[in-house]
Amino acid sequence: MNTDPRIISFCCYNCAYAAADLAGAMRVSYDPRVTIVGVPCTGAMEAVVVLGAFEEGADGVFVAGCLDGECHYKEGNLRARERVARLRERLSEVGLEPERLEMYQVSAAMGARFGEIAAEFVDRIKALPPSPLRRGAAVKGGMSR
Amino acid sequence: MIVVEAKSFAQVAAMTSDCRRLLVAACAGCTAVCGVGGERQAEELADALRLHARLRGKVLETEVRGVTRQCEPEFVAEFAPAMGRAEAVLTLGCGVGAQFLAERYPNVPVLPGVNTRFAGGLTAPGVWEERCRLCGDCVLHLTGGICPRTRCAKGIMNGPCGGAAGGFCEVGGGSPCAWLLIWERLERLGRAGVLDEIGPPPDWSDAQAGPRRSGKGGGAE
Repeated sequence: MNTDPRIISFCCYNCAYAAADLAGAMRVSYDPRVTIVGVPCTGAMEAVVVLGAFEEGADGVFVAGCLDGECHYKEGNLRARERVARLRERLSEVGLEPERLEMYQVSAAMGARFGEIAAEFVDRIKALPPSPLRRGAAVKGGMSR
Repeated sequence: MIVVEAKSFAQVAAMTSDCRRLLVAACAGCTAVCGVGGERQAEELADALRLHARLRGKVLETEVRGVTRQCEPEFVAEFAPAMGRAEAVLTLGCGVGAQFLAERYPNVPVLPGVNTRFAGGLTAPGVWEERCRLCGDCVLHLTGGICPRTRCAKGIMNGPCGGAAGGFCEVGGGSPCAWLLIWERLERLGRAGVLDEIGPPPDWSDAQAGPRRSGKGGGAE
């Protein structure tokens, strides 16, 4: 059980980021430990960004992109979905629970849904133990990445 | 191009488990095109290996460097500074690149991160097919531009063997019968008569006589 989860949410500026903004305007509350990082398109989000979040100690990461057929870059959200699926396998190979990573799809009008997603994901991460990578110092020093 | 496949993460993790300072060497040539050996993939693999090590209480430092081609000495030389800092190098170049690294840096263990498969081409997005067996004795002028040594499962030179069904080879894998393709192509070209002449059996001696060399003009020795 993790009572103080650190969660990073990579949100597409065109949909999920606006949905999160709308959630705020609608007074929909969600856990403040969800840190939102806006990205131009989830399809352009490199795998190393997600892995980097875990390396820096995130307990969970969710990626939120546009609905099917609504990506401003045609299929960036679909690429992101595939990438997330592959990264979940990679997390499993590395030794982290794949449930720590999830992909959601919302539109800019779905403020309430964003709140639901955030709450649902926070509950999921709370049920897991804290990330083992939260303890101990970073180990990047010496050589560049 | 040379087609490679990524080794499983478990294999790579086991291979690098004793290393504390690892250079991950990318190649912008064929293996990058295959989607497994470019700098982007190298960065991701390095991240995953660091996470894997940390979760097991180990410390792994990684450095990612890429060059245009690992199969040329002048590019391989670019790794020199990073090699000086590394305990081992995990290369995402093909088997040629790995051997060039090993030759140039004899004191650094070279670990292959990919399996080098064959010389092929793209037949669908993300799908490559072997089209040349690198036998060194090209017969494409006699076979309508379709290589029987590679694309016939039996590698026969005077086909067809009679074992095809529905245009597909009886040997598994769902490959079209190469000799049927050859016949159709030659017939379209009005050159089917070429097949009346029985050719000699394939000469594999050049393909199996140790490392081959080729001159500047590209001609066989």
